[in-house]
Amino acid sequence: MNTISPDRGGPLALFSQRLEGLAGAERQQAVAALQHAGLPTRRVEAWKYTALRVLGQTSLSAPAATYDAAAARAALDHVLAAQDGLADQPRLVFVNGRHAPDLSVAPKGVKVTFFADAPRFGNAASPDRDPLVALNTALAEDGANIQVEAGVDGGTLLLVSIGLGGQALTFSFHPRHAVVLEAGARLTLVCVQAGQGAYFHNPVTDIHVGAAAALEHVTLQLEGAEAVGLGTVYADVDREGVYDSFALGVDGLLLRHEVHARLGASRAAVHVNGVQRLGGAQVGDMTSVITHAAPDCISRQTVRNVLDGHARGVFQGKVLVEQIAQKTDGYQMNQALLLSPDAEIDAKPELEIYADDVRCSHGATVGALDDEQLFYLRSRGVPDAQARQILIEAFVDETLGLIAHEGAQALCRAMLARKGGAGESA
Amino acid sequence: MPAATETREAVEKLGQSTYKWGFETDIEMDLAPKGLNEEIIRLISSRKEEPEWMLEWRLAAFRTWQSMEDPKWAKVSYPPIDYQDVHYYAAPRTKPGPKSLDEVDPALLKTYEKLGIPLHEQALLAGVEPAEGERLPVAVDAVFDSVSVATTFRKTLAEAGVIFCPISEAVREHPELVRRYLGTVVPAGDNFFAALNSAVFTDGSFVYVPKGVRCPMELSTYFRINARNTGQFERTLIVVEEGASVSYLEGCTAPMRDENQLHAAVVELVAMDDASIKYSTVQNWYPGDEEGRGGIYNFVTKRGACRGARSKISWTQVETGSAITWKYPSCILQGEGSVGEFYSVAVTNNCQQADTGTKMIHLGRNTRSTIIAKTISAGRSDSTYRGLVRVQPKASGARNFTQCDSLLIGDRCGAHTVPYIECRNMAARVEHEATTSKISEDQLFYCRQRGLSEEDAVGLIVNGFCRDVLKELPMEFAVEAQKLLQISLEGSVG
Repeated sequence: MNTISPDRGGPLALFSQRLEGLAGAERQQAVAALQHAGLPTRRVEAWKYTALRVLGQTSLSAPAATYDAAAARAALDHVLAAQDGLADQPRLVFVNGRHAPDLSVAPKGVKVTFFADAPRFGNAASPDRDPLVALNTALAEDGANIQVEAGVDGGTLLLVSIGLGGQALTFSFHPRHAVVLEAGARLTLVCVQAGQGAYFHNPVTDIHVGAAAALEHVTLQLEGAEAVGLGTVYADVDREGVYDSFALGVDGLLLRHEVHARLGASRAAVHVNGVQRLGGAQVGDMTSVITHAAPDCISRQTVRNVLDGHARGVFQGKVLVEQIAQKTDGYQMNQALLLSPDAEIDAKPELEIYADDVRCSHGATVGALDDEQLFYLRSRGVPDAQARQILIEAFVDETLGLIAHEGAQALCRAMLARKGGAGESA
Repeated sequence: MPAATETREAVEKLGQSTYKWGFETDIEMDLAPKGLNEEIIRLISSRKEEPEWMLEWRLAAFRTWQSMEDPKWAKVSYPPIDYQDVHYYAAPRTKPGPKSLDEVDPALLKTYEKLGIPLHEQALLAGVEPAEGERLPVAVDAVFDSVSVATTFRKTLAEAGVIFCPISEAVREHPELVRRYLGTVVPAGDNFFAALNSAVFTDGSFVYVPKGVRCPMELSTYFRINARNTGQFERTLIVVEEGASVSYLEGCTAPMRDENQLHAAVVELVAMDDASIKYSTVQNWYPGDEEGRGGIYNFVTKRGACRGARSKISWTQVETGSAITWKYPSCILQGEGSVGEFYSVAVTNNCQQADTGTKMIHLGRNTRSTIIAKTISAGRSDSTYRGLVRVQPKASGARNFTQCDSLLIGDRCGAHTVPYIECRNMAARVEHEATTSKISEDQLFYCRQRGLSEEDAVGLIVNGFCRDVLKELPMEFAVEAQKLLQISLEGSVG
């Protein structure tokens, strides 16, 4: 077996001890894939703008078996307090990657099993494709396996992942979630990734949206201030199915939300929207690959970035239209608002098209707050800070409005409000 | 509809042959042995009677090149190139400085005739002094394989203070200028192909426009690959001093062959305060046959530095030829208020692959750039726009507008758009938009209804699609480019 050296495998050496002697074909395959490719460095095109160097030099162990129950409760309450009625919703809570039954409220109409009891790796996320999925496959310990049966409306389900870390980055957890909506089923899944301190959270979610089923998937990244929170979603959408995804990036040292959505049968639709509101030295990355693999499908993407302090926002959005996918309708828009002279945006909207009868377009803009708009508000007696706040809110408002679920939309607004006003926020 | 009539006539004239420049000139050649090593570089340098510093520069580039690998990031695929299986020097064996047409090798003369360069201009191309009182609008440098065979109007240009000569001559005659600027825009080790070029470049044009001079005529270089198993590695350096301006045109063709030939050029532009450079290319290298056999690999590095305040560099390119195009004409916008422009039409048909675009690097305050890229894919070809817009922290007030439109003709081709936007200044505005579509059925129907054949209708629509770019070309080039578009797309519809 090859050994992993820091220069060859990038930051993979941080995990080398945990990758030895794993049992099971899937995990061994994943380790082999990792040893072949290593973890991505910035020389890998898909990671051109986001470096995993922040993971540091210290080996990352598995999280300790026990955790501070009071801290976990407080972190959960902090999320639940953001909005009235949220505490009454069914929820699955994970702490440091493991299911916490005492904090959870069992859902009705939705079947849930746990990875720790019955490991299932799913189909969409193949370890050969993506090193972080391979790392997850090798090290996954727990996760939720959610199933909504044909024709059932599963209502709203909260999936809360809490990370409790210290000052230094010493451990990582790699939850493996799966969501299956059978034909005609419906579900709103709100994933809240919250926490404190430093940890590395690398969840993988494998999603199947059946024929004429509809999944609304809202992810809020509110990780610990020193945490590295990645998240990879592989979604496969069947005929007339709808996968409606929204990601909100707010807290964490390094955030990356990566969606791979595949429109596998005709008249399916995906929306991959998002808002990033970053400050301090944060790096936030929204990456997506939307594959049109069948005719007559629709994809829509709107991402807005508000960047303050030294923050760096990254948007990489690829729309791939295969030859069979005639009559594709694809639209993608990425906009960034830079609030500070030291903020940076790196955007790469990408079209790869092999079918001729398509309508695909993308757009991207970068700019500061509009001086004229600011002047308009100031001239009507609105103080500068408040005027800026109004304009920033207006900038992200339209995108937040794309969240169909009212409660989820309100939760995102509340979290953005917590992030603070127009001024510097860390 | 004159454009359509013109294109139709052009196609009718051509009959079945789609690449009319595909003939080969049988001429006695001076060939260096195949392969690439320090000996070959010394040989090239000595043939060019170069000073020692030039040889050292080449050798340093060669050593850098040896440690580099072919770039793999572009969306093109080709079998590995054997860099040792190429002649790096090929020159027609002609007597130096023929005084009249009779002394010029008739084969060379015939080549220019066949390439469609007007007769009096052709006489000039072969190195004959123009008759008294005769004035032509374009000065031409003709590069045949590895050497420049003639440069016209040098006297007229010299009177204005403009230097226009083969770069090999500039190395000997104006070493202080060449030394000051060569490799300052595209360093010898910039990338794999630039390093290769720096080691083995054989000819190309050198242009120097002194302070305050508006170049009295358009300058042009015509590149021709003729010999087998050769590559062409030309190097162009254009320096325009304060308040001066120049418009430069570049054309190129090659014979039809089953083998692939490598063309790895480097073009460097330098614009000082208030200077302006307009660089236009109609790239028509042999694209290979319908099955993808043969054709030129066009791997070139073109970059302009807007060093002075309010300087302007404008790239316009019409890319119809080459089996593979790998080309990103760029602007480094250093001077305050400098302007970069990139207008491009890239057409691919049959099995052609093109990965082309631009880089606009905004360094100075209030710098502006515009990118208009039109991509047309037909047959089984793949065409990619790849561009970078980078705004550095000091470039307050920088402004970029990018528009990329792709047109697909047929369902077996691909059209891709890969823009990179990196903005590190809050007082900058960057806008990018891209669309991909096929030819509108409505437009096609409208044209057909008025009696145009499908092919003519497509030609008309394509010309309209490219109009924003074609209008940036000098007149004669615009007409040629329109014809080329039609010819390149022949057989892709109906």
